[in-house]
This record gives sequence, C-alpha cells and structure tokens, in this order.
Amino acid sequence: MYAQMVTPETNGDESSPELAQFQARIDAGDTIEARDWMPEGYRKTLIRQISQHAHSEIVGQLPEANWITRAPTLRRKAILLAKVQDEAGHGLYLYGAAETLGVSREQLVNDLLTGKAKYSSIFNYPTLNWADIGVIGWLVDGAAIMNQIPLCRCSYGPYARAMIRICKEESFHQRQGFEIMTVMARGTPAQRNMAQDALNRWWWPSLMMFGPPDSQSPHTAESARWKIKLLTNDQLRQRFIDQTAPQADYLGLSIPDPDLKRNEETEHYEFGEIDWSEFYNVIRGNGPCNTQRLRTRRQAHTDGAWVREAAIAYAQKRAKNSK
Amino acid sequence: MTDWPLWEIFIRSQNGLSHKHVGSLHAADAKMAIENARDVYARRNEGISIWVVRSTDLYASDPSDKETFFDPAKNKIYRHPTFYTVPPEVKHL
Repeated sequence: MYAQMVTPETNGDESSPELAQFQARIDAGDTIEARDWMPEGYRKTLIRQISQHAHSEIVGQLPEANWITRAPTLRRKAILLAKVQDEAGHGLYLYGAAETLGVSREQLVNDLLTGKAKYSSIFNYPTLNWADIGVIGWLVDGAAIMNQIPLCRCSYGPYARAMIRICKEESFHQRQGFEIMTVMARGTPAQRNMAQDALNRWWWPSLMMFGPPDSQSPHTAESARWKIKLLTNDQLRQRFIDQTAPQADYLGLSIPDPDLKRNEETEHYEFGEIDWSEFYNVIRGNGPCNTQRLRTRRQAHTDGAWVREAAIAYAQKRAKNSK
Repeated sequence: MTDWPLWEIFIRSQNGLSHKHVGSLHAADAKMAIENARDVYARRNEGISIWVVRSTDLYASDPSDKETFFDPAKNKIYRHPTFYTVPPEVKHL
C-alpha cells in the first residue's frame, strides 16, 4: 500500500508459449529472477509498483525528519535518527530491486521529481505535534508491515528479498511508535490530549493507505495472478483494523469512528464509511503537503548535484593517476 | 548527469560463512561503495567483511540454458551418500 493504485499493464502477447510457461512457473511457486523471461506487462507493472514503494520510503523521511531537532529527549532523538536512516535504506533496497528490471536510477528519480511517479498518499499529511511521531510508527508503519509481510512471498525474487530485509527492520519502527504513544497516553492530561489529537488526525488517512475498496480496484486480478499482490486492499485493511483496535483500547485512546465495533460472530471489527473523495484528492496532488514534499525533494536533489559530479570527477582522476 | 556506476555488495556475517550477495548500490568508486554498503546493508551488525564488485564485471550463466547446463548433474545420484545401502549392524560408515 506504499504502492496504492498500480494499474497493471496487460499483455499483448497473451497466448505465446513463453507466457504459458511463465504463468506455470508462478503457479508452481517458482521465483522469477532478473534475467528470466517475463512478459512486458509483468515487468512494467513491477517497475511501477516497486518504484512507487521506493519513492514512498524516500518521501516518508520528510514528515519524521521534521521532529529530529525537536525530539523531547536524547534517547528519542537517537531512535528517530535511526528510523529515518532506515527509511533511506529501504528506499535504496527498493530502487535496487527496480533497477534489476532494466530501468535506470536516474529515470526513477526523475519520475518522482517531475511528479510523474506517485508515492503513498499518507506522506502528504503534516506532523503537527510530537505524538504524530508516535502515531506514524504505530499506525503508518503498522499498516506498512501488514502490506509488506505477504510481499515477502511475491513472485519476483529481488523484490521479495528486499521485502524480507525491510520487514525485519520495520518491526522496531512500529514498537518505538507504540512506546511513544504509551508514554504520552499515561502522561499529563496535556500529553494525553496530544496523543488523542494525533490519533484523530491519522486514523482515517492510515486506513486509506491500503488503497481504494476492492469494488473500485478492477485490476487486482492481474496482479494476483502474477503473485505481486497477494491479498486485496479490503482484506489487508480489515486485518489492520482487527489488530489495531485492541491496541488503542490498551492505550485508553478512542478511535475516531463511532461505527467501530467488534462483531462477536465474525470476530472482526465493523467500521464506518471511509471518505474516498479525500483520498482521491490527495492522490491528485491536493493534500495538505503535496507541494511542500516535492519541493523539498527537488531542492535536495539540486543542492546535491555538485557532490555527485565532484565524486565522479575525483574517481576518474584517481583512476587515471593510478595507471 | 549520468548515474554513478552500480556495484554488487557481498557481506560475510559473524558466523564464519562465506560472503553472501545482499544487494546493489551506486557509488563513484570502490571506497565509496564499501562505505555506503556499510550504511545501507550493515546498520545492525550484519557483517564483519564487505566485498564490492562492479556490476559490469560480473558474468552470469544464461537462465535459458539452465536445463542443458545443470541437468547432467541430476541423474548422477550415486554422488550422494544416500544412494548406498548400509547394513544396519555396521557402524561409523
């Protein structure tokens, strides 16, 4: 759901023997590797999905970086720095996985900076108080884990391996967030209010991370057949809510959904209507921080240009001198 | 401006196993590749030694030749100890 609305490419060469063999390999649980034959649709869909995921990791650093200089203690600052550094690492694993499919890093970065490629809608919301850092770890990273664990079994080897590394590291992200929430929920009334306020603002956007309802996602079937999407948006969202609601109870915070209640028969939580017009609006570029996020990324890329050029010049000079 | 060259990263973990491929990254030269590999692939004590190889210097077997290339090993089951029957009363064999 770091890749929210990936429209799969369809195959022009539907009936070729290679395609039948490829699908048979996937059905048998084989892993597809970079140099194996694959249909163009599979390749293009994966590039789109993996790069969207990578861009989300990179842009996802920004809302949290906002609080590094203002973390309440040295312990929290060290943890937040480590977490934001992890997000950069996750972006790099995923760019690496996308590049095995034949696209260049330069192209991927350009697509982000020109706004051609998307990243997750969640990172277009602002982090207004310290409790937002707690909620991001608890809910946003919790939702990310929910989505990424099944992807560890996806059909494309380099993507699956990147997911395994990321999931191992992501668990710390969720726990440090929940720890922040625990401390604030048990703190002074003012801290409690901050925690509740952050939960109120992030709850619905977190549910939107899983993407539109299945009834509005007509392309899921193709990605499911290729095993690059293993559970549907609604299945993942339901699991997330079932897992998270009791955690909110533990914190003594209330989820801002009057319709949320556990159905004892199905053993699942029922929940209220999600405002999908908000989601589509953010995806279209009109969220609270879309402009700011892209501007910050572009600025960082421009400011770093001389470093990239100088490093190449230095490497070339050293290579020449050592001959 | 074109990308920095791509490097393949191999890390040996603490447990004495051989270096294992962990992924790739871009860097201007080998020294930078090793430093970046530490930050990207070994933030949690994953290794005690790093190798980096320019991706263009890596040669691989052809996946479409997989069958003709590897199949000759398949029917030589006598290369495995389980091929042989050991009498139950014989020890240390």
